[in-house]
Amino acid sequence: MSEATVEYLLRLGDTSLVLGQRLGEWIGHSPALEEDLGLANLALDLMGQARLLLTYAGEVEGQGRDEDALAFFRDAPQFKNLTLAEQPNGDFAQTIMRQFLLDAWQIELYEALVASTDSRLAAIAAKAVKESRYHYRFSSGWVVRLGDGTEESHRRMQSALDALWRFTDEIFASDEIDDQMAAAGIAPKLALLQPRWSARVDEVLREATLQRPQSARYPWHGKRGVHSEHLGHMLTEMQHLQRTYPGAQW
Amino acid sequence: MSVSTQHLGNAGTARERAVWAVLETVMDPEIPVLTVVELGIVRYAHWTPDGRLHVGLTPTYSGCPATEVIRRTVREALDEAGYKDAVLEEVLSPAWTSDWLTESGRQKLESFGIAPPSKAVASPRHLFGAPVIRCPRCGSANTERVSEFGSTPCKAHYRCVSCLEPFDYFKCI
Repeated sequence: MSEATVEYLLRLGDTSLVLGQRLGEWIGHSPALEEDLGLANLALDLMGQARLLLTYAGEVEGQGRDEDALAFFRDAPQFKNLTLAEQPNGDFAQTIMRQFLLDAWQIELYEALVASTDSRLAAIAAKAVKESRYHYRFSSGWVVRLGDGTEESHRRMQSALDALWRFTDEIFASDEIDDQMAAAGIAPKLALLQPRWSARVDEVLREATLQRPQSARYPWHGKRGVHSEHLGHMLTEMQHLQRTYPGAQW
Repeated sequence: MSVSTQHLGNAGTARERAVWAVLETVMDPEIPVLTVVELGIVRYAHWTPDGRLHVGLTPTYSGCPATEVIRRTVREALDEAGYKDAVLEEVLSPAWTSDWLTESGRQKLESFGIAPPSKAVASPRHLFGAPVIRCPRCGSANTERVSEFGSTPCKAHYRCVSCLEPFDYFKCI
């Protein structure tokens, strides 16, 4: 059981960590100062969530690995984040669309996890859900403004949606870890969250005049450690300092 | 004195109140006019049966970099006051809300030039319709949001349409 719990906590923690790292790549490059600050703030919240989740995962695992050991000394196949989170930033449209799809997911997930039988995870979720709601306000606002904006912004948002949609099936593809967590009351059943996520996403896409793509049913398995080629490149940069100077401190 | 300060600090025994008095000297590193008590992040200070003082701190935002500085300065203040064996604990639940900011904290924020959060996050009205944010400089209600995010995780960026001054708004969460 505790092995499955560690796996599950890594999925949540790694998704926040990888998404936060991606957002951090925008610092100094955003289209406007306000968005630069916005994306950096989102990244900070996500890093904070990742720290809480990875610290807990390390404790449950009981092999002395802390948040830093988990973040900096695992290779790509040991990362269990959703494949969607690791997709490159692309243009601002792609970053915002990735954020929107994942914010909508994290709101539903954390709202449900507040009722987890694992009190520590419930406490982390209660903290994180408030942040996710704030993130969602930002990302869904941009999806509508850009989707229902100019011809060019609409085209970019639609193409971002078309490119990223194929990674969303994975979110709800339940495996033995998800089933064990649901059976123990630690995590919600993914099948219950899907319609709520879907309705939330559809409402915003409609307002943004964007077309929801057909499901591609491509078998992505980031949460089982099988990633797209992008994660390895990202980790190279993220882990470089600690791999070169292990244990380096500020 | 605000309701939450009375509730959390002044309800304790004399020796607990003495600890709260020490904590009331610790300032937030990012908003140096606020004490950590006014910010609502000190959740308890009590002795357990084993004779050790336990102090509970809650972060405002999961990733707030000030959290570790606050922990360190609280530690130093307690050490200096003679509570060297105090145990600092991180409290995640219930999660911090801007409603925990004390009344004196709200007033200090405003005079420092930061608009305090609109009250009662729990109210569903907060989710719909934008609350009126008053300019902390000229008091005008004619203000506009520049960005949901600002210079620290707990603030958003606003502008006063009347006096044209930009200002920070303490986010409601």
